[in-house]
Amino acid sequence: MDTILVVVEQREGKLNRVSWETIVAGQAIAAQTGWTLEAAVVGSGVAAIAGEVAEKKVAKVYDVESARLEPYTPDAFAYALQVFLEKHPAKLVLMPHTYQVRDFVPKLATALQTTAISDVIGARYEGGKLLFTRQMFQGKFVADVSFAGSGPCFVTFQNGSFRADKVEAGAASAPVETVSVEVPDGVVRNQPQEVFREAKQAVDLTQAEIIVSVGRGIKEQKNIDLAKQLADALGGELAASRPICDNGWLPMDRQVGSSGQTVAPKLYLALGISGAIQHIVGMKGSRSIVAINKDSEAPIFEIADVAIVGNLFDIVPPLIEEVKKAKA
Amino acid sequence: MKILVCLKQVPQKDAPLKLNEAGTWIREDVSYEVNEPDAFALEEALRQKEKHSGEVVVVTAGPARAMQVLREALAKGADRAIHLEDNAFVGLDAYNTARAIAAAIKDEKFDLIFTGLQSDDCGYAQTGVILAHILGLPHATIIMHIEKNNGGIRVKRELEAGFFQFVDLPLPAVLTIQSGINKLRYATLIGIKQAKTKPMRKVTLGEVQSAMGANLQKIEKLYAPQKSKNTEFLEGPPAEVAKKLVEKLKNELRVI
Repeated sequence: MDTILVVVEQREGKLNRVSWETIVAGQAIAAQTGWTLEAAVVGSGVAAIAGEVAEKKVAKVYDVESARLEPYTPDAFAYALQVFLEKHPAKLVLMPHTYQVRDFVPKLATALQTTAISDVIGARYEGGKLLFTRQMFQGKFVADVSFAGSGPCFVTFQNGSFRADKVEAGAASAPVETVSVEVPDGVVRNQPQEVFREAKQAVDLTQAEIIVSVGRGIKEQKNIDLAKQLADALGGELAASRPICDNGWLPMDRQVGSSGQTVAPKLYLALGISGAIQHIVGMKGSRSIVAINKDSEAPIFEIADVAIVGNLFDIVPPLIEEVKKAKA
Repeated sequence: MKILVCLKQVPQKDAPLKLNEAGTWIREDVSYEVNEPDAFALEEALRQKEKHSGEVVVVTAGPARAMQVLREALAKGADRAIHLEDNAFVGLDAYNTARAIAAAIKDEKFDLIFTGLQSDDCGYAQTGVILAHILGLPHATIIMHIEKNNGGIRVKRELEAGFFQFVDLPLPAVLTIQSGINKLRYATLIGIKQAKTKPMRKVTLGEVQSAMGANLQKIEKLYAPQKSKNTEFLEGPPAEVAKKLVEKLKNELRVI
Protein backbone atom coordinates (compact mmCIF):
# COMPACT_ATOMS: atom_id res chain seq x y z
CA MET A 1 0.00 0.00 0.00
CA ASP A 2 1.49 3.32 -1.02
CA THR A 3 1.09 5.79 1.80
CA ILE A 4 1.36 9.54 2.03
CA LEU A 5 2.00 10.58 5.61
CA VAL A 6 1.33 14.14 6.72
CA VAL A 7 3.13 14.97 9.95
CA VAL A 8 1.23 17.87 11.47
CA GLU A 9 3.06 20.33 13.65
CA GLN A 10 2.36 20.99 17.29
CA ARG A 11 4.22 23.37 19.54
CA GLU A 12 3.79 23.19 23.29
CA GLY A 13 0.70 21.03 22.84
CA LYS A 14 -1.04 23.35 20.35
CA LEU A 15 -1.63 22.42 16.72
CA ASN A 16 0.09 24.81 14.32
CA ARG A 17 -2.77 25.68 11.95
CA VAL A 18 -0.46 25.80 8.93
CA SER A 19 -0.71 22.00 9.21
CA TRP A 20 -4.14 22.17 7.55
CA GLU A 21 -2.41 23.45 4.42
CA THR A 22 -0.20 20.36 4.46
CA ILE A 23 -3.26 18.12 4.79
CA VAL A 24 -4.75 19.91 1.76
CA ALA A 25 -1.54 19.16 -0.15
CA GLY A 26 -1.72 15.53 0.96
CA GLN A 27 -5.36 15.26 -0.09
CA ALA A 28 -4.54 16.74 -3.51
CA ILE A 29 -1.64 14.35 -4.08
CA ALA A 30 -3.68 11.37 -2.85
CA ALA A 31 -6.44 12.29 -5.31
CA GLN A 32 -3.94 12.42 -8.18
CA THR A 33 -1.97 9.29 -7.33
CA GLY A 34 -4.56 7.09 -5.70
CA TRP A 35 -2.25 6.58 -2.71
CA THR A 36 -3.54 6.36 0.85
CA LEU A 37 -3.38 9.48 3.00
CA GLU A 38 -2.54 9.14 6.68
CA ALA A 39 -1.49 11.68 9.30
CA ALA A 40 0.64 11.72 12.40
CA VAL A 41 1.20 14.03 15.32
CA VAL A 42 4.37 13.76 17.37
CA GLY A 43 4.61 14.85 21.01
CA SER A 44 3.74 14.11 24.60
CA GLY A 45 0.09 14.04 25.61
CA VAL A 46 -1.15 15.18 22.18
CA ALA A 47 -4.13 12.81 21.77
CA ALA A 48 -6.50 15.77 21.44
CA ILE A 49 -4.60 17.00 18.41
CA ALA A 50 -4.76 13.53 16.87
CA GLY A 51 -8.51 13.63 17.44
CA GLU A 52 -8.80 17.01 15.71
CA VAL A 53 -6.88 15.76 12.68
CA ALA A 54 -9.01 12.59 12.57
CA GLU A 55 -12.05 14.71 11.66
CA LYS A 56 -10.46 15.45 8.29
CA LYS A 57 -10.54 13.15 5.27
CA VAL A 58 -7.59 10.92 6.12
CA ALA A 59 -7.50 7.13 6.34
CA LYS A 60 -5.82 7.00 9.75
CA VAL A 61 -4.10 9.17 12.34
CA TYR A 62 -1.12 8.15 14.46
CA ASP A 63 -0.39 9.70 17.83
CA VAL A 64 3.37 9.22 18.23
CA GLU A 65 4.05 9.61 21.94
CA SER A 66 7.05 9.91 24.20
CA ALA A 67 7.62 12.02 27.30
CA ARG A 68 10.96 12.98 25.72
CA LEU A 69 9.16 14.75 22.88
CA GLU A 70 8.27 17.71 25.11
CA PRO A 71 9.92 20.18 24.91
CA TYR A 72 10.74 20.00 21.22
CA THR A 73 14.34 19.07 20.34
CA PRO A 74 15.62 18.04 16.92
CA ASP A 75 17.28 14.92 18.35
CA ALA A 76 14.06 13.58 19.91
CA PHE A 77 11.81 14.40 16.96
CA ALA A 78 14.21 12.93 14.39
CA TYR A 79 14.68 9.81 16.51
CA ALA A 80 11.00 9.20 17.23
CA LEU A 81 9.94 9.71 13.62
CA GLN A 82 12.74 7.47 12.37
CA VAL A 83 11.58 4.67 14.65
CA PHE A 84 7.98 5.25 13.58
CA LEU A 85 8.72 5.32 9.85
CA GLU A 86 10.85 2.19 10.04
CA LYS A 87 7.78 0.38 11.40
CA HIS A 88 5.21 2.23 9.25
CA PRO A 89 6.83 2.87 5.88
CA ALA A 90 5.53 5.70 3.73
CA LYS A 91 6.27 6.68 0.16
CA LEU A 92 5.91 10.36 0.83
CA VAL A 93 6.17 12.30 4.11
CA LEU A 94 4.76 15.83 4.05
CA MET A 95 5.29 18.66 6.52
CA PRO A 96 4.90 22.43 6.57
CA HIS A 97 8.18 24.34 6.00
CA THR A 98 8.29 25.88 9.46
CA TYR A 99 11.37 26.83 11.47
CA GLN A 100 10.76 23.76 13.62
CA VAL A 101 10.53 21.39 10.66
CA ARG A 102 13.70 22.88 9.13
CA ASP A 103 15.43 22.19 12.42
CA PHE A 104 14.97 18.40 12.31
CA VAL A 105 13.75 17.12 8.92
CA PRO A 106 17.16 17.20 7.20
CA LYS A 107 18.50 15.10 10.08
CA LEU A 108 15.59 12.66 9.90
CA ALA A 109 15.88 12.31 6.12
CA THR A 110 19.63 11.68 6.36
CA ALA A 111 19.15 9.10 9.12
CA LEU A 112 16.81 7.25 6.75
CA GLN A 113 19.35 7.73 3.92
CA THR A 114 16.90 9.74 1.88
CA THR A 115 16.25 13.36 1.00
CA ALA A 116 13.89 16.25 1.73
CA ILE A 117 12.59 18.50 -1.03
CA SER A 118 12.08 21.72 0.87
CA ASP A 119 10.07 24.92 0.62
CA VAL A 120 7.81 23.52 -2.12
CA ILE A 121 5.00 25.64 -3.55
CA GLY A 122 3.19 23.07 -5.68
CA ALA A 123 2.96 19.39 -6.51
CA ARG A 124 1.63 17.51 -9.53
CA TYR A 125 1.55 13.95 -10.79
CA GLU A 126 2.64 13.76 -14.40
CA GLY A 127 3.37 10.61 -16.39
CA GLY A 128 3.53 8.48 -13.26
CA LYS A 129 6.05 10.81 -11.64
CA LEU A 130 5.56 13.30 -8.84
CA LEU A 131 6.97 16.73 -9.60
CA PHE A 132 7.46 19.26 -6.83
CA THR A 133 7.74 22.91 -7.73
CA ARG A 134 10.04 25.12 -5.72
CA GLN A 135 11.39 28.63 -6.15
CA MET A 136 15.07 29.18 -6.80
CA PHE A 137 17.39 32.17 -7.09
CA GLN A 138 15.23 34.16 -4.69
CA GLY A 139 12.10 33.62 -6.75
CA LYS A 140 13.54 34.61 -10.11
CA PHE A 141 13.00 31.05 -11.35
CA VAL A 142 11.04 27.97 -10.35
CA ALA A 143 12.16 24.37 -10.62
CA ASP A 144 10.25 21.13 -11.07
CA VAL A 145 12.04 18.64 -8.84
CA SER A 146 11.66 14.87 -8.88
CA PHE A 147 12.69 12.32 -6.29
CA ALA A 148 15.47 10.01 -7.46
CA GLY A 149 15.73 7.66 -4.48
CA SER A 150 13.86 4.65 -3.18
CA GLY A 151 12.04 6.39 -0.39
CA PRO A 152 10.53 7.78 1.62
CA CYS A 153 10.59 11.21 -0.01
CA PHE A 154 10.21 14.08 2.45
CA VAL A 155 8.55 17.26 1.20
CA THR A 156 8.09 20.50 3.12
CA PHE A 157 5.56 23.04 1.88
CA GLN A 158 5.92 26.81 1.98
CA ASN A 159 3.41 28.72 4.12
CA GLY A 160 0.46 29.80 2.02
CA SER A 161 1.16 27.43 -0.87
CA PHE A 162 -2.11 25.63 -0.19
CA ARG A 163 -5.29 27.01 1.32
CA ALA A 164 -6.14 25.72 4.75
CA ASP A 165 -9.83 26.45 4.20
CA LYS A 166 -9.90 23.90 1.37
CA VAL A 167 -9.26 20.97 3.72
CA GLU A 168 -11.80 18.20 3.21
CA ALA A 169 -13.59 16.84 6.22
CA GLY A 170 -13.93 13.10 6.63
CA ALA A 171 -17.28 11.34 6.31
CA ALA A 172 -16.58 9.84 9.71
CA SER A 173 -13.78 10.16 12.24
CA ALA A 174 -10.64 8.36 11.12
CA PRO A 175 -9.23 5.72 13.47
CA VAL A 176 -6.50 6.99 15.81
CA GLU A 177 -3.66 4.69 16.83
CA THR A 178 -1.29 5.61 19.65
CA VAL A 179 2.30 4.60 19.04
CA SER A 180 4.62 4.86 22.03
CA VAL A 181 8.26 5.42 21.21
CA GLU A 182 11.10 4.81 23.63
CA VAL A 183 13.71 7.60 23.29
CA PRO A 184 16.80 6.32 25.12
CA ASP A 185 19.05 8.38 27.40
CA GLY A 186 21.76 10.22 25.55
CA VAL A 187 19.77 10.80 22.36
CA VAL A 188 18.72 14.33 23.30
CA ARG A 189 21.69 16.65 23.62
CA ASN A 190 20.01 20.08 23.50
CA GLN A 191 18.39 21.75 26.50
CA PRO A 192 15.82 24.26 25.28
CA GLN A 193 14.65 27.11 27.50
CA GLU A 194 11.38 29.08 27.40
CA VAL A 195 10.14 30.59 24.15
CA PHE A 196 9.84 34.37 24.46
CA ARG A 197 9.22 37.53 22.51
CA GLU A 198 11.94 40.13 22.74
CA ALA A 199 10.79 43.70 23.02
CA LYS A 200 7.33 44.85 23.85
CA GLN A 201 5.29 44.79 20.65
CA ALA A 202 4.55 48.48 20.14
CA VAL A 203 2.68 47.83 16.90
CA ASP A 204 0.58 44.89 15.72
CA LEU A 205 1.04 44.89 11.96
CA THR A 206 -1.46 42.06 11.57
CA GLN A 207 -4.21 44.55 12.45
CA ALA A 208 -3.17 47.23 9.95
CA GLU A 209 -5.39 47.68 6.90
CA ILE A 210 -2.76 49.59 4.98
CA ILE A 211 0.96 48.92 5.16
CA VAL A 212 3.77 50.88 3.51
CA SER A 213 6.86 48.69 3.58
CA VAL A 214 10.48 49.55 2.79
CA GLY A 215 13.32 47.38 1.57
CA ARG A 216 16.97 47.88 0.71
CA GLY A 217 15.96 50.30 -2.04
CA ILE A 218 15.36 52.93 0.63
CA LYS A 219 19.16 53.12 0.76
CA GLU A 220 19.64 55.13 3.99
CA GLN A 221 17.98 55.37 7.36
CA LYS A 222 17.07 59.01 6.89
CA ASN A 223 15.03 58.16 3.78
CA ILE A 224 12.62 56.08 5.83
CA ASP A 225 10.93 59.33 6.79
CA LEU A 226 9.68 59.61 3.22
CA ALA A 227 7.96 56.23 3.55
CA LYS A 228 6.56 57.27 6.93
CA GLN A 229 5.01 60.37 5.37
CA LEU A 230 3.34 58.16 2.77
CA ALA A 231 2.11 55.76 5.44
CA ASP A 232 0.72 58.67 7.47
CA ALA A 233 -0.98 60.17 4.42
CA LEU A 234 -2.65 56.83 3.68
CA GLY A 235 -3.51 56.20 7.32
CA GLY A 236 -1.37 53.10 7.36
CA GLU A 237 1.51 51.51 9.24
CA LEU A 238 5.18 51.44 8.36
CA ALA A 239 6.87 48.05 7.91
CA ALA A 240 10.10 46.71 6.47
CA SER A 241 11.95 43.73 5.11
CA ARG A 242 14.55 42.02 7.26
CA PRO A 243 17.73 43.90 6.28
CA ILE A 244 16.19 47.22 7.35
CA CYS A 245 15.43 45.83 10.82
CA ASP A 246 18.79 44.06 11.07
CA ASN A 247 20.42 47.46 10.48
CA GLY A 248 18.38 48.85 13.34
CA TRP A 249 16.66 51.40 11.07
CA LEU A 250 13.26 50.17 12.21
CA PRO A 251 12.40 48.04 15.26
CA MET A 252 11.89 44.29 14.89
CA ASP A 253 8.14 44.52 15.45
CA ARG A 254 7.95 46.26 12.04
CA GLN A 255 9.52 43.31 10.21
CA VAL A 256 7.37 41.44 7.68
CA GLY A 257 8.51 38.02 6.58
CA SER A 258 9.12 34.49 7.77
CA SER A 259 10.94 35.68 10.89
CA GLY A 260 8.66 38.65 11.45
CA GLN A 261 4.98 39.21 10.98
CA THR A 262 2.72 37.58 8.43
CA VAL A 263 0.26 40.20 7.24
CA ALA A 264 -2.70 40.32 4.87
CA PRO A 265 -3.82 43.98 4.76
CA LYS A 266 -6.14 45.58 2.22
CA LEU A 267 -3.12 47.34 0.73
CA TYR A 268 0.56 46.42 0.90
CA LEU A 269 2.69 49.07 -0.74
CA ALA A 270 6.26 47.81 -1.22
CA LEU A 271 8.94 50.46 -1.74
CA GLY A 272 12.36 49.30 -2.92
CA ILE A 273 11.65 45.69 -1.93
CA SER A 274 13.05 43.11 -4.33
CA GLY A 275 10.75 40.30 -3.25
CA ALA A 276 13.01 37.73 -1.63
CA ILE A 277 11.17 34.53 -0.75
CA GLN A 278 11.53 35.05 3.02
CA HIS A 279 9.78 38.42 2.70
CA ILE A 280 7.06 37.39 0.23
CA VAL A 281 5.94 34.54 2.42
CA GLY A 282 4.94 37.15 5.02
CA MET A 283 2.76 39.32 2.77
CA LYS A 284 1.62 37.39 -0.30
CA GLY A 285 -1.86 37.07 1.17
CA SER A 286 -2.44 40.84 1.01
CA ARG A 287 -5.59 41.81 -0.82
CA SER A 288 -3.83 44.35 -3.05
CA ILE A 289 -0.12 44.63 -3.59
CA VAL A 290 1.49 47.71 -5.13
CA ALA A 291 5.22 47.61 -5.79
CA ILE A 292 7.65 50.36 -6.71
CA ASN A 293 11.16 49.21 -7.67
CA LYS A 294 13.73 50.41 -10.18
CA ASP A 295 14.58 46.84 -11.23
CA SER A 296 12.05 45.55 -13.78
CA GLU A 297 13.18 41.96 -13.01
CA ALA A 298 12.50 42.21 -9.28
CA PRO A 299 10.54 39.13 -8.15
CA ILE A 300 8.11 41.37 -6.24
CA PHE A 301 6.50 42.18 -9.59
CA GLU A 302 5.41 38.53 -9.88
CA ILE A 303 2.88 39.04 -7.12
CA ALA A 304 2.06 42.73 -7.51
CA ASP A 305 -1.38 43.83 -8.63
CA VAL A 306 -0.06 47.24 -9.59
CA ALA A 307 3.57 47.75 -10.54
CA ILE A 308 5.69 50.80 -11.09
CA VAL A 309 9.20 50.36 -12.45
CA GLY A 310 10.96 53.51 -11.39
CA ASN A 311 12.90 55.45 -8.82
CA LEU A 312 10.96 55.57 -5.57
CA PHE A 313 12.64 58.85 -4.60
CA ASP A 314 11.10 60.49 -7.68
CA ILE A 315 7.72 58.84 -7.32
CA VAL A 316 6.93 58.90 -3.59
CA PRO A 317 6.94 62.71 -3.06
CA PRO A 318 4.29 63.41 -5.74
CA LEU A 319 2.46 60.30 -4.56
CA ILE A 320 2.20 61.73 -1.04
CA GLU A 321 0.76 64.96 -2.47
CA GLU A 322 -1.78 63.11 -4.62
CA VAL A 323 -2.89 60.99 -1.66
CA LYS A 324 -3.39 64.09 0.48
CA LYS A 325 -5.38 65.72 -2.32
CA ALA A 326 -7.57 62.65 -2.77
CA LYS A 327 -8.31 62.50 0.94
CA ALA A 328 -9.01 66.21 1.37
CA MET B 1 37.96 27.71 19.87
CA LYS B 2 38.55 26.01 16.55
CA ILE B 3 35.74 27.04 14.22
CA LEU B 4 34.93 25.86 10.72
CA VAL B 5 32.80 28.12 8.53
CA CYS B 6 31.18 26.66 5.42
CA LEU B 7 30.84 29.26 2.68
CA LYS B 8 28.98 29.11 -0.61
CA GLN B 9 29.50 31.29 -3.65
CA VAL B 10 26.21 32.35 -5.23
CA PRO B 11 25.19 34.72 -8.05
CA GLN B 12 25.20 38.36 -6.94
CA LYS B 13 21.89 39.54 -5.56
CA ASP B 14 20.95 41.81 -8.41
CA ALA B 15 22.78 39.95 -11.17
CA PRO B 16 20.53 39.47 -14.21
CA LEU B 17 20.11 35.71 -14.56
CA LYS B 18 19.35 33.76 -17.73
CA LEU B 19 18.38 30.14 -18.21
CA ASN B 20 20.84 27.82 -19.90
CA GLU B 21 19.86 26.20 -23.21
CA ALA B 22 18.81 22.92 -21.65
CA GLY B 23 16.52 24.77 -19.24
CA THR B 24 18.02 22.97 -16.28
CA TRP B 25 20.19 25.64 -14.68
CA ILE B 26 21.26 29.25 -15.11
CA ARG B 27 23.97 30.48 -17.41
CA GLU B 28 27.11 30.78 -15.38
CA ASP B 29 28.42 34.02 -16.95
CA VAL B 30 27.27 36.25 -14.10
CA SER B 31 28.96 37.98 -11.19
CA TYR B 32 29.21 36.06 -7.93
CA GLU B 33 29.47 36.85 -4.26
CA VAL B 34 29.47 35.00 -0.96
CA ASN B 35 26.06 33.79 0.21
CA GLU B 36 24.88 36.50 2.60
CA PRO B 37 24.02 34.33 5.64
CA ASP B 38 27.44 32.67 5.24
CA ALA B 39 29.09 36.11 5.47
CA PHE B 40 27.31 36.59 8.79
CA ALA B 41 28.47 33.13 9.88
CA LEU B 42 32.08 34.06 9.08
CA GLU B 43 31.76 37.35 10.95
CA GLU B 44 30.41 35.48 13.97
CA ALA B 45 33.32 33.04 13.87
CA LEU B 46 35.83 35.90 13.68
CA ARG B 47 34.19 37.57 16.68
CA GLN B 48 34.24 34.33 18.69
CA LYS B 49 37.94 33.97 17.86
CA GLU B 50 38.57 37.55 18.98
CA LYS B 51 36.79 36.82 22.25
CA HIS B 52 38.09 33.35 23.06
CA SER B 53 41.19 33.01 20.84
CA GLY B 54 41.55 30.07 18.50
CA GLU B 55 41.42 29.43 14.78
CA VAL B 56 38.91 30.07 12.02
CA VAL B 57 39.01 27.74 9.02
CA VAL B 58 36.84 28.36 5.97
CA VAL B 59 35.71 25.77 3.44
CA THR B 60 33.82 25.91 0.17
CA ALA B 61 32.80 23.32 -2.41
CA GLY B 62 32.64 24.73 -5.92
CA PRO B 63 34.41 25.51 -9.16
CA ALA B 64 37.67 27.45 -9.44
CA ARG B 65 35.82 30.78 -9.21
CA ALA B 66 34.63 29.86 -5.69
CA MET B 67 38.14 30.47 -4.39
CA GLN B 68 37.21 34.14 -4.32
CA VAL B 69 34.97 33.66 -1.29
CA LEU B 70 37.82 31.92 0.53
CA ARG B 71 40.28 34.71 -0.33
CA GLU B 72 37.87 37.31 0.98
CA ALA B 73 37.37 35.32 4.16
CA LEU B 74 41.11 35.04 4.71
CA ALA B 75 41.40 38.78 4.09
CA LYS B 76 38.81 39.39 6.81
CA GLY B 77 40.79 37.33 9.30
CA ALA B 78 40.19 33.62 8.76
CA ASP B 79 43.37 31.60 9.32
CA ARG B 80 43.25 28.99 6.59
CA ALA B 81 41.05 27.75 3.80
CA ILE B 82 39.95 24.48 2.22
CA HIS B 83 38.72 24.48 -1.37
CA LEU B 84 36.87 21.40 -2.61
CA GLU B 85 37.43 22.34 -6.20
CA ASP B 86 35.43 20.86 -9.05
CA ASN B 87 32.62 21.98 -11.37
CA ALA B 88 30.71 18.92 -10.18
CA PHE B 89 30.13 20.57 -6.79
CA VAL B 90 27.60 22.91 -8.41
CA GLY B 91 24.16 21.36 -8.39
CA LEU B 92 24.88 18.68 -5.81
CA ASP B 93 22.10 18.06 -3.36
CA ALA B 94 22.66 19.09 0.26
CA TYR B 95 23.30 15.50 1.36
CA ASN B 96 26.23 15.15 -1.03
CA THR B 97 27.61 18.60 -0.26
CA ALA B 98 27.57 17.73 3.43
CA ARG B 99 29.20 14.35 2.81
CA ALA B 100 31.95 15.95 0.74
CA ILE B 101 32.69 18.52 3.44
CA ALA B 102 32.67 15.86 6.16
CA ALA B 103 35.15 13.78 4.17
CA ALA B 104 37.43 16.76 3.59
CA ILE B 105 37.61 17.59 7.31
CA LYS B 106 37.73 14.06 8.69
CA ASP B 107 41.18 14.48 10.20
CA GLU B 108 40.33 17.70 12.01
CA LYS B 109 38.50 18.36 15.27
CA PHE B 110 36.44 21.52 15.38
CA ASP B 111 34.68 22.96 18.45
CA LEU B 112 32.10 24.70 16.31
CA ILE B 113 30.97 24.39 12.71
CA PHE B 114 28.91 27.20 11.19
CA THR B 115 26.91 27.33 8.00
CA GLY B 116 24.50 30.00 6.85
CA LEU B 117 20.88 29.03 7.54
CA GLN B 118 20.28 28.60 3.79
CA SER B 119 21.70 29.65 0.45
CA ASP B 120 20.21 32.51 -1.53
CA ASP B 121 20.37 30.56 -4.79
CA CYS B 122 18.90 27.17 -3.90
CA GLY B 123 17.37 27.87 -0.51
CA TYR B 124 17.23 24.23 0.69
CA ALA B 125 18.24 25.16 4.25
CA GLN B 126 19.65 21.68 4.92
CA THR B 127 23.41 21.37 4.52
CA GLY B 128 24.29 22.39 8.09
CA VAL B 129 21.77 20.06 9.74
CA ILE B 130 22.81 17.14 7.52
CA LEU B 131 26.48 17.82 8.26
CA ALA B 132 25.74 17.71 11.99
CA HIS B 133 24.06 14.32 11.62
CA ILE B 134 26.89 12.87 9.53
CA LEU B 135 29.43 14.03 12.12
CA GLY B 136 27.28 12.79 15.03
CA LEU B 137 27.12 16.30 16.48
CA PRO B 138 24.29 18.23 18.15
CA HIS B 139 22.99 21.22 16.23
CA ALA B 140 20.76 24.26 16.41
CA THR B 141 19.42 26.38 13.57
CA ILE B 142 18.65 29.99 12.70
CA ILE B 143 20.95 31.33 15.39
CA MET B 144 21.08 34.98 16.42
CA HIS B 145 23.45 34.84 19.38
CA ILE B 146 26.13 32.53 20.78
CA GLU B 147 27.86 32.56 24.12
CA LYS B 148 29.97 30.13 26.09
CA ASN B 149 28.14 28.46 28.92
CA ASN B 150 29.41 25.84 31.40
CA GLY B 151 31.71 24.02 28.99
CA GLY B 152 29.11 24.19 26.26
CA ILE B 153 27.24 27.03 24.58
CA ARG B 154 23.98 28.88 24.97
CA VAL B 155 22.51 29.98 21.65
CA LYS B 156 19.55 32.18 20.78
CA ARG B 157 17.37 30.48 18.22
CA GLU B 158 15.06 32.59 16.08
CA LEU B 159 11.48 31.42 15.63
CA GLU B 160 8.66 32.85 13.55
CA ALA B 161 6.68 36.00 14.29
CA GLY B 162 9.31 37.67 16.44
CA PHE B 163 9.75 34.83 18.93
CA PHE B 164 13.07 33.47 20.18
CA GLN B 165 14.35 30.62 22.33
CA PHE B 166 17.59 30.03 24.17
CA VAL B 167 19.03 26.53 23.84
CA ASP B 168 21.97 25.06 25.73
CA LEU B 169 24.08 22.54 23.91
CA PRO B 170 27.42 20.82 24.46
CA LEU B 171 30.48 21.28 22.29
CA PRO B 172 31.37 20.35 19.66
CA ALA B 173 28.25 21.47 17.78
CA VAL B 174 27.00 22.67 14.40
CA LEU B 175 25.05 25.92 14.13
CA THR B 176 23.25 27.44 11.16
CA ILE B 177 23.52 31.20 11.37
CA GLN B 178 20.83 33.78 10.60
CA SER B 179 21.50 37.06 8.77
CA GLY B 180 21.63 40.04 11.06
CA ILE B 181 23.34 38.24 13.95
CA ASN B 182 26.06 40.88 13.80
CA LYS B 183 27.41 43.62 11.54
CA LEU B 184 29.78 42.56 8.78
CA ARG B 185 33.32 43.91 8.76
CA TYR B 186 35.24 45.00 5.67
CA ALA B 187 38.59 43.43 4.80
CA THR B 188 41.48 45.81 5.45
CA LEU B 189 44.29 46.37 2.94
CA ILE B 190 46.68 44.59 5.31
CA GLY B 191 44.22 41.73 5.56
CA ILE B 192 44.00 41.42 1.79
CA LYS B 193 47.79 41.32 1.59
CA GLN B 194 48.12 38.74 4.36
CA ALA B 195 45.46 36.55 2.75
CA LYS B 196 47.82 35.76 -0.10
CA THR B 197 50.16 33.82 2.15
CA LYS B 198 47.64 32.01 4.33
CA PRO B 199 47.32 28.25 3.77
CA MET B 200 44.83 27.21 1.06
CA ARG B 201 44.34 23.48 0.81
CA LYS B 202 42.84 22.11 -2.40
CA VAL B 203 40.73 18.95 -2.26
CA THR B 204 39.78 17.18 -5.48
CA LEU B 205 36.45 15.51 -6.17
CA GLY B 206 38.33 12.21 -6.38
CA GLU B 207 39.48 12.51 -2.77
CA VAL B 208 35.92 12.73 -1.41
CA GLN B 209 33.89 10.88 -4.02
CA SER B 210 33.84 7.57 -2.16
CA ALA B 211 31.95 9.31 0.66
CA MET B 212 29.27 10.58 -1.73
CA GLY B 213 26.41 8.95 -3.57
CA ALA B 214 23.93 9.72 -6.33
CA ASN B 215 21.87 12.89 -6.05
CA LEU B 216 18.49 11.91 -4.62
CA GLN B 217 16.70 14.93 -6.05
CA LYS B 218 16.73 16.00 -9.67
CA ILE B 219 15.85 19.35 -11.17
CA GLU B 220 13.84 18.25 -14.20
CA LYS B 221 13.28 21.77 -15.43
CA LEU B 222 14.09 25.33 -14.40
CA TYR B 223 11.87 28.07 -15.81
CA ALA B 224 10.53 31.55 -15.31
CA PRO B 225 7.59 31.59 -12.90
CA GLN B 226 4.19 31.51 -14.55
CA LYS B 227 2.29 34.59 -13.65
CA SER B 228 -0.87 33.86 -11.78
CA LYS B 229 -1.67 37.55 -11.34
CA ASN B 230 -2.57 40.16 -13.88
CA THR B 231 -0.05 42.77 -12.92
CA GLU B 232 -0.83 46.21 -14.23
CA PHE B 233 2.26 48.27 -14.94
CA LEU B 234 1.74 52.02 -14.63
CA GLU B 235 3.91 54.10 -16.88
CA GLY B 236 4.84 57.72 -17.35
CA PRO B 237 6.81 60.44 -15.61
CA PRO B 238 6.67 60.39 -11.78
CA ALA B 239 3.95 63.02 -11.39
CA GLU B 240 1.71 61.23 -13.86
CA VAL B 241 2.31 57.80 -12.40
CA ALA B 242 1.55 59.15 -8.93
CA LYS B 243 -1.82 60.46 -10.19
CA LYS B 244 -2.63 57.15 -11.91
CA LEU B 245 -1.79 55.18 -8.80
CA VAL B 246 -3.92 57.30 -6.51
CA GLU B 247 -6.80 57.00 -8.92
CA LYS B 248 -6.45 53.21 -8.74
CA LEU B 249 -6.16 53.22 -4.97
CA LYS B 250 -9.30 55.30 -4.72
CA ASN B 251 -11.59 53.93 -7.42
CA GLU B 252 -10.44 50.37 -8.03
CA LEU B 253 -8.69 49.08 -4.94
CA ARG B 254 -10.86 51.27 -2.71
CA VAL B 255 -8.28 51.87 -0.04
CA ILE B 256 -8.54 55.66 -0.07
